[in-house]
Amino acid sequence: MIERGLASLGRVVLDGLAGAGRVALYALTVVSHLLRPPFYGREFLHALMQIGWLSLPVVGMTALFTGAALALQIYAGGARFSAESVVPSITAIGMVRELGPVLGGLMVAARVASSIAAEIGTMKVTEQIDALVTLSTDPLKYLAAPRVLAATLSVPLLVGIGDVIGIMGGWLVGTGRLGFNSATYIKNTWEYLEFWDVGSGLVKGAAFGFIVALMGCFYGMNSGRGAQGVGAATKSAVVAASILILAANYTLTEVFFSA
Amino acid sequence: MIEIEGLRKSFGSKQVLRDVNLTVKRGESLVVIGGSGTGKSVLLKCILGLVTPDAGEIRLEGQPVTEATREDFLARFGMLFQGAALFDSLSVWQNVAFRLLRGPAKRPKAEARAIAIDKLKRVGLGPEVADLFPAELSGGMQKRVGLARAIAADPQVIFFDEPTTGLDPIMAGVINDLIRSIVSEMGATAITITHDMSSVRAIADSVAMLHEGVLRWQGNVAEMDTTSDPYVQQFIHGRAEGPITALR
Repeated sequence: MIERGLASLGRVVLDGLAGAGRVALYALTVVSHLLRPPFYGREFLHALMQIGWLSLPVVGMTALFTGAALALQIYAGGARFSAESVVPSITAIGMVRELGPVLGGLMVAARVASSIAAEIGTMKVTEQIDALVTLSTDPLKYLAAPRVLAATLSVPLLVGIGDVIGIMGGWLVGTGRLGFNSATYIKNTWEYLEFWDVGSGLVKGAAFGFIVALMGCFYGMNSGRGAQGVGAATKSAVVAASILILAANYTLTEVFFSA
Repeated sequence: MIEIEGLRKSFGSKQVLRDVNLTVKRGESLVVIGGSGTGKSVLLKCILGLVTPDAGEIRLEGQPVTEATREDFLARFGMLFQGAALFDSLSVWQNVAFRLLRGPAKRPKAEARAIAIDKLKRVGLGPEVADLFPAELSGGMQKRVGLARAIAADPQVIFFDEPTTGLDPIMAGVINDLIRSIVSEMGATAITITHDMSSVRAIADSVAMLHEGVLRWQGNVAEMDTTSDPYVQQFIHGRAEGPITALR
């Protein structure tokens, strides 16, 4: 009984390691394609539009409501020890260091990893990937590399814009609901915000963008047959991207801010 | 000429191709027949390099395909997929000219478009469809566009994977006629896999039958009707009784 349990556990661990190895090799191959011609500029621009521009509304709305809620929470918490004045600075630091990149990354994961996995998975089951190969085109170079590059470059921009919108959300609640003076709120926001607070969030955004597109492409290309296979690939892409974003966030926070 | 020698392929414990030996002469139209799951598509994918064989050798004009660079090798092939496999995000002419818009065969956009429209005309489609998207076309039109894409770069060898599946008999006849005329006009070698016996009779010079991964029989299309091979006779007459069991 114990032996069987250990064997099952061992199989799970080995499968997990093999999966991690496959993803790592896939990531390296995609990166190597980014460095070698031919480059597909049209596909890159299309991906930039799909991933970056069209994600702006969802990331913006997420940031706006998160910044507003954060300001309320910090005010309520701060009031317990008469520290209501920290609302602008803590809202700003919380948004740019953590909530902006993480929630932005998760929203992009939900929107983009799923659509990439579904699109590429459908291409696979309808033999469009095989067609690309017969037309002397490497699917990794044509489909994965432009998407990964576009996500890696556009998610930091989304995070930056989300940071601004999130801080605005805090300002709206701070001045409209909590009685802060507008000029003081803005002054306190800027005064305690350091360059690396913003910079670290943007670096996180780039890492999360890379993860989102990579997972979408990986699961799409390894999709099973039929509608069920594409559905499973889509689900796996979103779950894997979300978990990897949270894990990467912790790792990067340790690297950037541990004393 | 395409020569296949001792080709073997397994997926897990399932042997899909078992020592397949096959020769297709230059300019010949070979049709591979056989039931579902007998290894026809895998054979095609092995020749194209979409699936790596476990053993065996494939030679094109005497040269092992493993010695050619992948791009040079694939540049000599065209393929019509079962479901046409057109790229949804590209217009019809961009699908047809796909190879001409990128890679070593790249041409200026206007020239690539002109070639695409010419190839569309060759398969009976007017320039008005050039800017449509695949989702706006009927199944028969998609097959024609797929055929135009397969011949766009004037390949030496063209593969047809179930070219008439899903088409009504009239459209199937049109596609068969197009395949026959285009292949002979281009002097290309053609390999087709199909279950459709009317397709076989319309486009084949020679026929090979695969059953359970083994090449059971190969001969010219006239011999197919007179052979005493029970597998071929059962298959071409669509009989339920015989050595091929319906439940696989």
